[in-house]
Amino acid sequence: MNCVLAEDNILHGTPLLRWVYELAGLFLPCWLSYFIAGFVIMFILVNAVLLGAAVFVWTERRLVGRLQNRVGPNRWGPFGMFQPIADLLKLIVKEDLIPQGADKIAFVAAPIIMVATAILMLAVVPFAKNTALADLNVGVLYVLAVTSLTSVAILMAGWSSNNRYALFGAARGVAVLISYEVPVVLCLLGVVIVAGSMSLADVVTAQAVPFILVQPLAMFVFVAGTSAELNRTPFDVAEAESELIAGYHIEYSGIKFGLIQAAEFGGVVTASAVIATLFLSGWAGPASNYIGWLWLLIKIGVVAFLFIWIRATFPRLRIDQIMAFAWKFLMPLSFINLMAVSLEVYFLRDSSGALTTTDLWIMTVINLVVFAVCIPLFGSLIRDKVRPAQLQPTARATPGATVQQAGGEVT
Amino acid sequence: MLEDYFRQYGLIAIFIAIAVIVPTSMLTISWLASRIGIRPTNPTPVKQETYECGMEAIGGRWGQFNFRYYMYAVLFVVFDVEVIFLYPWAAKFLGLPLFALIEMFVFVGILLVAWAYAWRKGDLEWA
Amino acid sequence: MGELVSQETAGSVGDVPERGEPVEMLLNMGPQHPSTHGVFRLVLWVDGEKVIRAEPHIGYLHRGSEKLCEGEQYHQIITLFDRLDYVANFNNELVYCQAVEKLMGLVVPERAEYVRVILCELNRIASHLLFVATMGLDAGAMTPSMFCFRGRERVQTLFEAVSGARMMHNYFRIGGIKEDLPDNFEQLVADLLPLLREDVGESDRLLTFNEIFLARLKDVGVISTEDALDFGLTGPCLRACGIEYDVRKAEPYSIYDRFDFDIPVGLDGDCWDRHYVRVQEMYESLRIIEQALDQMPSGDVASSLGRRLIRPPEGEVYARAENPRGEIGVYLVSDGTDKPHRVKVRPPSFCNLSAIEHMLKDSWIADVVVILGSLDIVLGEVDR
Repeated sequence: MNCVLAEDNILHGTPLLRWVYELAGLFLPCWLSYFIAGFVIMFILVNAVLLGAAVFVWTERRLVGRLQNRVGPNRWGPFGMFQPIADLLKLIVKEDLIPQGADKIAFVAAPIIMVATAILMLAVVPFAKNTALADLNVGVLYVLAVTSLTSVAILMAGWSSNNRYALFGAARGVAVLISYEVPVVLCLLGVVIVAGSMSLADVVTAQAVPFILVQPLAMFVFVAGTSAELNRTPFDVAEAESELIAGYHIEYSGIKFGLIQAAEFGGVVTASAVIATLFLSGWAGPASNYIGWLWLLIKIGVVAFLFIWIRATFPRLRIDQIMAFAWKFLMPLSFINLMAVSLEVYFLRDSSGALTTTDLWIMTVINLVVFAVCIPLFGSLIRDKVRPAQLQPTARATPGATVQQAGGEVT
Repeated sequence: MLEDYFRQYGLIAIFIAIAVIVPTSMLTISWLASRIGIRPTNPTPVKQETYECGMEAIGGRWGQFNFRYYMYAVLFVVFDVEVIFLYPWAAKFLGLPLFALIEMFVFVGILLVAWAYAWRKGDLEWA
Repeated sequence: MGELVSQETAGSVGDVPERGEPVEMLLNMGPQHPSTHGVFRLVLWVDGEKVIRAEPHIGYLHRGSEKLCEGEQYHQIITLFDRLDYVANFNNELVYCQAVEKLMGLVVPERAEYVRVILCELNRIASHLLFVATMGLDAGAMTPSMFCFRGRERVQTLFEAVSGARMMHNYFRIGGIKEDLPDNFEQLVADLLPLLREDVGESDRLLTFNEIFLARLKDVGVISTEDALDFGLTGPCLRACGIEYDVRKAEPYSIYDRFDFDIPVGLDGDCWDRHYVRVQEMYESLRIIEQALDQMPSGDVASSLGRRLIRPPEGEVYARAENPRGEIGVYLVSDGTDKPHRVKVRPPSFCNLSAIEHMLKDSWIADVVVILGSLDIVLGEVDR
């Protein structure tokens, strides 16, 4: 039997997949060939995450090295490009210890869940026109749901290790994850309102003006929230190496450690893909019918570079400051974003409920003003702990009898 | 259309299976490497001790630990669940009348009151 | 260890604490911990993220330096002093040499004094650069540490050119220095100074007024002026509390009275002040080096003693100096033989560390490393 794709099918826009589908459809039932075409995408996605993690690790190490006046890995391959592969090989053949008294099942399952989460995030991201594994009509919710799975894995890893530092890391990680979930969920409402759909494909098509301009507040909250959920500086308290040594994955070695690292860095890549799709108009760009994937890759690179840059620049916040940042700073910002966007949409939309490009530009101007006003305003709310620096280099205190006390004694 | 809907979720289900199989297979490869002697496995009691900064671990397993974030967990459940209710509204807002806008403001207003109350009570502080 | 186990009863499973009652948990930090700056051990009793009580354990690096000194001849002891504060070797050598010189009434050649001051101030900068680097790392910033290490590397290259070693120089001698400087020393230092100023400034700009860095350090680990005096804090830790006490000014040794420099003083006595005082001190040290280079005379540097065995007269002497970490004191008793009867060191790190238990009370776990880092201890000097 011959299978022919309908015009509106998700696989229709991609020649490769249509070809796979129709070829398999020659001697297989249509539903099966549909899944075979799906497998091709899955193959691409899984490799995208794992290879993406490898490429990201290499990029981060080289780039951070460059930012820090160092060289970075440069031994194996051109510019040390094969370093992640060498690391992986080393980790696979390294002894894999399970600490005494650990909960073995949870200990083994945690890294698997972490990697699975990182991979699953990409399922709904359209990486070219009409090309995604599944164009779910609740795509945004799917992304949020999969992201929160990480908290379970972190708690499993930390608790099962039977180690106090791991427990601290897990407790912090979960607290950070659930706290940043709320502003992130809230700020994505604005995106959904303007797009009029929760499907990521529709979100991309709705971005005649990229949402980074239309909703800078939402972008800011989302990037901050994502970097907190990814345990990236300045929110990396869950694995703060100077306090908790390695946090929740302190007891992991060998390939399990490798999987956790892969999940972490792969998570950055997938999160960058989600950010690029939601706020940087995804695959859209000049000649996007042909090189949409290239545009997406470039945008992922830009977002990933932002993450690396932040990591190289900032110190780490303390856990209570991070909580205050989420609940007292990002929360009001995302509420304001929601209200501003809904009001603007209500007054700007035409009778059929559509927004033109001009409307989006008007929203851009308004929201940029709101952004410029709100950040300093609410920033001052959580800065009560920080007094302005008032130290003078040579402020003279009165030297008196006390000074004599201080010196001249032998212990 | 319904068939297409199930196909989408069918693909997601398979994808979940693959996403679990991939890391599991990597663990298996490593385990196989230990079977053929590429990867060493000779755990000793000292090696298997938990890392307690170079000292023997003091105290029993999983001593009581004060997590101190129940309030965040409760607040998270409250806000997350309520915000999820807003999503269908947001997805269809382009075509909704003024009444929907007002209702949303009332809804968010209630959330804001709850949030301000929690702030006032000091539950947003990590104790 | 035994007593610790018996104290750790609150952590046992079964007894459910009342609501609001703190649940104590024991957290062992160190000796193998990335930010205890060596092999230092802290036992923390924590309730969630708050530290209830802290108990420092030291002695993991104890080598018996003071006792070793009693078995070595006077010249050989210099190497032992190199290894006390292994981040500021020249300063340590200086204070020991001054103690013996004081005992013997030796006069050091003019040029040797200048060389000593220049090297000591360079070493102070190198040491403070290391402090800024580790402070950044403790607070979670990676990049400033690399900038600081670049500057430190430049200083150490110069040290290598001068003394042949990057650390543990063994270059000062009782009554002078080992040998004259390389011919192009002035040029080397003059070339180094602008680069060093740049390195200091770069990490300063990146870190000091960073919003997050301020949030992490300001009002953390505050110690009042009275407590600071009671605990015997010296050096930047004391000056951060607002007391302008610096041995270089209070009781000028060597030729420090010939230079014009200021003593930076903090206002609040918190971690950030301790950081900023050190940053400012680096600029002051640069000023001293510039003046010393201008004034430096030519002449002999070697000690009048030559390589002869020393037998100082019977007696005791106390010499002190301003090390990067604070006031170091050397108490030396001679019985007239070629080996000292007793050498006692007042190590600044040890005295500064004594305040840690007081400062850690009711702090966050994350602040523990920051407070410890702000004291800038060197375990070689604490344990001796």
